[in-house]
Amino acid sequence: MEANDSVSAVIEAENVTFAYGETTAVEDVSLTISDGDFLGLIGPNGSGKTTLLHLMIGLKEPDSGSVRLFGEPATEFEDGERIGYVAQRSTDRGGTMPVTVEETVLMGRFAHAGHARLDEKDYAIVADALETVEIDDLRDRHVNELSGGQRQRAFIARALASEADILALDEPTVGVDADSRDRFYDLLDRLNDQGITIILIEHDIDVLTKHVDTVACINRELYHHGDTVSFLESDALGEAYGTAAGIVQHNH
Amino acid sequence: MSDTETERDSTARPSLSGLRGLSTRGSIEIAGIAVTAVLALAMLGFVGLDWLRDAPGGLGAGAGLLFEQFLLLGAWIDFYFGTNVFRHPFTWRALSTGVFVGIVGPLVGTYLVHRQMALIGETLAHTAFVGVAIGLLFVAATGWNGSLLLVALLVSAIGALGLQWLTEQTDSYGDVPIAIMLTGSFAVGTLLISWGRDVAAISIDIEGFLFGSLAIVTASGARLVSVLSVSVVALVVYNYKQFLFITFDEQAARVARLNVRWYNALLVVMTAVVVVGAMQILGVILVAGLLVIPVAASSQLARSFRETLYLSVLIGQVSVLGGLAVAIAGGLPPGGSIIVIAIVIYLLSVGVSDGSTGGLSLH
Repeated sequence: MEANDSVSAVIEAENVTFAYGETTAVEDVSLTISDGDFLGLIGPNGSGKTTLLHLMIGLKEPDSGSVRLFGEPATEFEDGERIGYVAQRSTDRGGTMPVTVEETVLMGRFAHAGHARLDEKDYAIVADALETVEIDDLRDRHVNELSGGQRQRAFIARALASEADILALDEPTVGVDADSRDRFYDLLDRLNDQGITIILIEHDIDVLTKHVDTVACINRELYHHGDTVSFLESDALGEAYGTAAGIVQHNH
Repeated sequence: MSDTETERDSTARPSLSGLRGLSTRGSIEIAGIAVTAVLALAMLGFVGLDWLRDAPGGLGAGAGLLFEQFLLLGAWIDFYFGTNVFRHPFTWRALSTGVFVGIVGPLVGTYLVHRQMALIGETLAHTAFVGVAIGLLFVAATGWNGSLLLVALLVSAIGALGLQWLTEQTDSYGDVPIAIMLTGSFAVGTLLISWGRDVAAISIDIEGFLFGSLAIVTASGARLVSVLSVSVVALVVYNYKQFLFITFDEQAARVARLNVRWYNALLVVMTAVVVVGAMQILGVILVAGLLVIPVAASSQLARSFRETLYLSVLIGQVSVLGGLAVAIAGGLPPGGSIIVIAIVIYLLSVGVSDGSTGGLSLH
């Protein structure tokens, strides 16, 4: 019976607390993300959104509490290919490294292949992923020559190529123009419709609530977790940001 | 070496080569890599013969005979160029070490440069210098007859892991831990050598290690470098995908559950190995150049990461061979001439890519 529970729950965080030295970033947060959810994570700057995301995908280990990823402790979870991750500011990564779009997306197959050679099937999956995000005409371009929106599509394609069940996106459209951003979120909607669970950090509330179906509002603690309508009706946002304002005033 | 090289060639992007066929440029690069592989194989053969000719019985006699043929070939080269170097085994040992470090230096360097770790090589060379100093003292004190290079290798590898630990603690490959390690190890090295000169007679010319010299490459040194180079190439080929992923996007590699710590440690230890080999030819002070400059040049030109690796190795090889030729012809130190040639190639590549950056990347 427990097995049934963990099939639908992709991520279960229970009383999770995490601190950087003396500074508590995430305090006593419990939330469950179900298979197929499109969760928006929202909160003021420095509210621990990124930290919570890292905790949920097992990049960090909580000081107390527990995180289960597909039913396993998140930090011990080994099937890396099931998680696709696009980091904050990945738009200015890559620097001067001459890596093509295709090479970038191929990285999504690396966790599957291990040390073995990539085969025709891997290349076919990569070609599909490039088509899905509509950048197959850019496959031979350097990643660092792309516009912000195109680059984020390349990183999404990498996650698709790994056949990830979860997409974890940390402010993916920072520095992306409004038109590309809308098309990017339409793409996420389509992927979510296909059954991929998405966790999205986004500071633009209008954009966020238009696309996601559940919202978690945090500022160190969890202020609200529920569907988008209940979030808009609640005053969780005011409370969460109000606390932040209070902290700022303290510092003066 | 040739096996691993050709294996890499055949993995070259089936989908793309299938779509467009191999471009002329790609074919030239592959041909260059093949020539390099043949050269490396020939040098491997020389080092092997040099080793086997001491073997007892027919094996040793046969190897000795072939070895003589190698030197005879050298005598003919001498005859044509009017030189007096290629008939001597030590020249070939130095050449073989040059060819090997010309391959593995840029190979490892490609990953270091694109992780903003360019100066790690320099640091580890200074650490290796301490190893040489310790080795010299040990030899002077005990009369031990082992390889200096082996001691340098050991100390450099320990230094590499120490540096790795230090950067993990400070959470970045910052300038500060590197500067401390770089100057600190050199300071200890100079102290050890000065002190050693007072207590015991040190026979080996320390300047050879500082500025690089063809004369300090011993038979056992050349053997060590050849074995290590084959291992490094094999490791890079085996872990190509993992190193690429971690270099490009360490965080995403972590999410994909790659053992980032292990690959980082492997990379710095490989760097230590390469640096100790290259130190003989280039000297402690210039060794980082071979890891960095060919990569900088090829990054200006390359259209993909795989091409960056190929071009780095080719440019490294041309620099080393050209530099050695200049050094032999002019009686100059090889380190300086290798680095100057590499920098000339770098400047040319900057010039070429300035005119056509867009043209290179568009199809």
